[in-house]
Amino acid sequence: MTSFDSSTATGPETIAELCRIVGDDNVLTALEDLIPYGFDGTAAMKEKAACVVLPRETGKVAEVMRFAAEKKIPVVTRGSGTGLSGGSIPVQGGIVLCLVHLNEILELDPANLTILCEVGVITKAIDDAALPHGLFYPPDPGSMKISTIGGNVANNSGGLRGLKYGVTRDYVMGMEVVSPSGDVMWLGSKCVKDVAGYSLKDLYVGSEGTLGIITKVLLKLVPRPQARRTLLASYDSMEAAARTVSKIIENQIIPCTLEFLDRKTCRCVEDYAKVGLPTEAAAVVLIETDGHEAVVDEEADAMARIAEENGAISVEKARDDSHAALLATARRSAFAALARIKPTTILEDVTVPRSRLVEIVSYVEVVAEKYDLDIATFGHFGDGNVHPTVLTDETNHEEMARVHEAFSDLFDKTIELGGTITGEHGVGLAKKPYLQRQFGDASYSLLAQIKKTLDPDSLLNPGKIFESETSS
Amino acid sequence: MITVTENKRLKYIADLDYSVVQQCMHCGMCLPTCPTYVETRLERNSPRGRIALMRSIVDGELEVTKEFGEEMYYCLGCLACTTACPAGVNYPELFENARAEVEFQGVLFSPDRRFWRWLTLRQLFAKPWMLHFVGRMLWAYQASGICGLVRRSGLLRLIPKNFRELEPSTPTIQRKFSTQLIEEEEAPAVSKRYRVGMLTGCVQDMVMADVNRDTVDSLLENGCAVDTPRDQGCCGSLHAHNGDLEQAEIQARRLLDQFNLEDLDAVVTNAAGCGSHLKHFGALLKKDPDYAAKAREWDSKVRDISEWLVEIGFRKPLGKVNSGGEKVTYHEACHLCHGQGISQQPREILRSIPGVDLVELSDATNCCGSAGVYNITQPEQAGKLQREKVANIEATGATVVATANPGCHLQIENGVGCDVKVKHPVSMLAAAYRKEKREGDE
Repeated sequence: MTSFDSSTATGPETIAELCRIVGDDNVLTALEDLIPYGFDGTAAMKEKAACVVLPRETGKVAEVMRFAAEKKIPVVTRGSGTGLSGGSIPVQGGIVLCLVHLNEILELDPANLTILCEVGVITKAIDDAALPHGLFYPPDPGSMKISTIGGNVANNSGGLRGLKYGVTRDYVMGMEVVSPSGDVMWLGSKCVKDVAGYSLKDLYVGSEGTLGIITKVLLKLVPRPQARRTLLASYDSMEAAARTVSKIIENQIIPCTLEFLDRKTCRCVEDYAKVGLPTEAAAVVLIETDGHEAVVDEEADAMARIAEENGAISVEKARDDSHAALLATARRSAFAALARIKPTTILEDVTVPRSRLVEIVSYVEVVAEKYDLDIATFGHFGDGNVHPTVLTDETNHEEMARVHEAFSDLFDKTIELGGTITGEHGVGLAKKPYLQRQFGDASYSLLAQIKKTLDPDSLLNPGKIFESETSS
Repeated sequence: MITVTENKRLKYIADLDYSVVQQCMHCGMCLPTCPTYVETRLERNSPRGRIALMRSIVDGELEVTKEFGEEMYYCLGCLACTTACPAGVNYPELFENARAEVEFQGVLFSPDRRFWRWLTLRQLFAKPWMLHFVGRMLWAYQASGICGLVRRSGLLRLIPKNFRELEPSTPTIQRKFSTQLIEEEEAPAVSKRYRVGMLTGCVQDMVMADVNRDTVDSLLENGCAVDTPRDQGCCGSLHAHNGDLEQAEIQARRLLDQFNLEDLDAVVTNAAGCGSHLKHFGALLKKDPDYAAKAREWDSKVRDISEWLVEIGFRKPLGKVNSGGEKVTYHEACHLCHGQGISQQPREILRSIPGVDLVELSDATNCCGSAGVYNITQPEQAGKLQREKVANIEATGATVVATANPGCHLQIENGVGCDVKVKHPVSMLAAAYRKEKREGDE
């Protein structure tokens, strides 16, 4: 960790200065405030900051940062705190910089198909703003009703539409960033073609708040698909489901959604939501295609045929929107069905090349048996991103130790299959111990070099992604 | 600043099963549904923030402080978070125990507060005769015209500000209370299919006794014989929601004593706030050896009126409530949609009524700010929610707002102008049945 001494760095004078910068109401120091800002959406992780600072404009962010740099106080930037890798857990005694009040959509440019917003804007609000213009912002992380776009960009969030539409990075055209020394920079432009210099904005996408503080983002919008068709197919083996997925893509159909549930998730969903899944189902796949009215009809028919030819025990095609919503219930309620079974739910996000998905799903079952754990898997078939979900109890230390061993095995297998330890949640604190296994030594040390160059005093989110040292 | 208090040994929060506190995985899905978080965007004012504070108290990391107490009373208890929660956190239990702990530790103590709590929770709403007596006095005051005289005289300045500001919106007491409108036992004219108990409520009983009558009429129309015990009083929902679990238990036992459960197929309530409390007597009385079993049986039989009518396949009325189409919108009481998961049934009832054109209300499940006594304790936030609700209602162009809870009913009635009427869905159903009879007689 850093060499900073919280007892002296964030004393009353520091708090007074922060109050002067952002106003008394925007600095929180009461224990009753620090506790609720001590965690994010990650299980079993918490830490206490010295204060929470809530600036209401970019200028104040820069001023706070300049002051923190002068005093060498670590700053952890945070949006709505829904992250799943502990990326926004405070540094003990440091500053939590919460940007939820920077929540204005500044410009929607229908001529250039872009939207410019402050980072505290809720992800879903961006798509809602695009809707009346017939436009679409595709990345849809599970928390999109509350996650901030800043958090999405800092973690390069995914979602259900990755296969066809890509992830957050594919929509970031520019951004305003406050450097650790408090300088305000603009990176990128509205131009589709822009090769001036290094693509610096891309360095900040997925940097998890360790390199700079993103305060505004310029995003690309796409035309909104006019129509959508939904299918739900059940299989008695994961292999048959995977065959269907491969065949669909081989037939040059790129569905916008290709979601699966494994046997255990199917059972839990059926217990919870009573959606009528076949009892022998070992895999359920939700398939959606979107685009032009005539094309989606054709594609839906073709996909239903492919599913049947490849061993589906049932294929249901949605008649209308409300029936489509009903079919999607199984996938939508997967997490809720699992989360209520045990006190602690840990959602993993290992990702493998699509062709290796069956192997990783069956390996999860092997690991669950080996370590005697309750693990159900669901996820995104189209992009190989799976969510093994461990149902456990964080107060049971013996079981938690087995959980960590199981993860370690799972990450090794993932890397062996050519995958990545995190597809969409980020490294944060949760995946930090495993990152070096995936990176070679040279690329791992490159991370540290970049960090040292951009944030020499290691003030921004220190200790996340990898151990960082100060230059002094 | 941290308030240092010397807490007594924890009584209510520590009593919770730790798994209830631990069930929250702080994913944040509750945040956008919480009216107080949406207002301030501060984590402390959110469900997961409040649960984190409760857990810190259980873990010994935080004392029960005045700030904690104030936070628990800033929460509306609207339970919107429970609908959004993927993990099924039992927020009502956490919330009630947290408020009870706040009261037990006395961190919000003031002589005034203690007096008003004693007067309302331990006297007025604890003793049916006293509530009826005060109701009678209030009726006389309103009906005699003294009311106007007092308002002009300035005597109102003698009562506390929060209450004084509410005086013009004091609900009008009805001339007849439930027991004067409903016989102890009523039998249906059609063949009897079920026997149900009727809960008359306390506020409902005095302010909306006609809704109780309409409920009984609708039950009779659908082949239900109705038992209405005479001396019911408050069910204790008010006490449980306001940190007086001890008195809530007393109220629950008294209510259980009034009904012969074994003879009844269901116990029916028409007030959402009561219903969502009434369905959890089992948990409330789990440690009482004499009542635990009966309370569990009770839980299994309590039904909201719309839930029960749909369950037994109610008969669609033939009488039109309005010769032309009447635009009706539906406001979902928090304790019906979030507290009991009942959303479709009231709409089904409304759609069944000839002449009703049901238009959807945007943000229909958002709290209207009534939230029990929240409009008295937190008038500012309550007023804001009321204005939002009224604006949404006006946008529908409806002339009638249907809602199934007395608190919401009064809150909305006080907000909308005279052009919009507030009605209980079951009243509209009963009116249609009556209309049908009249048309049949002609």
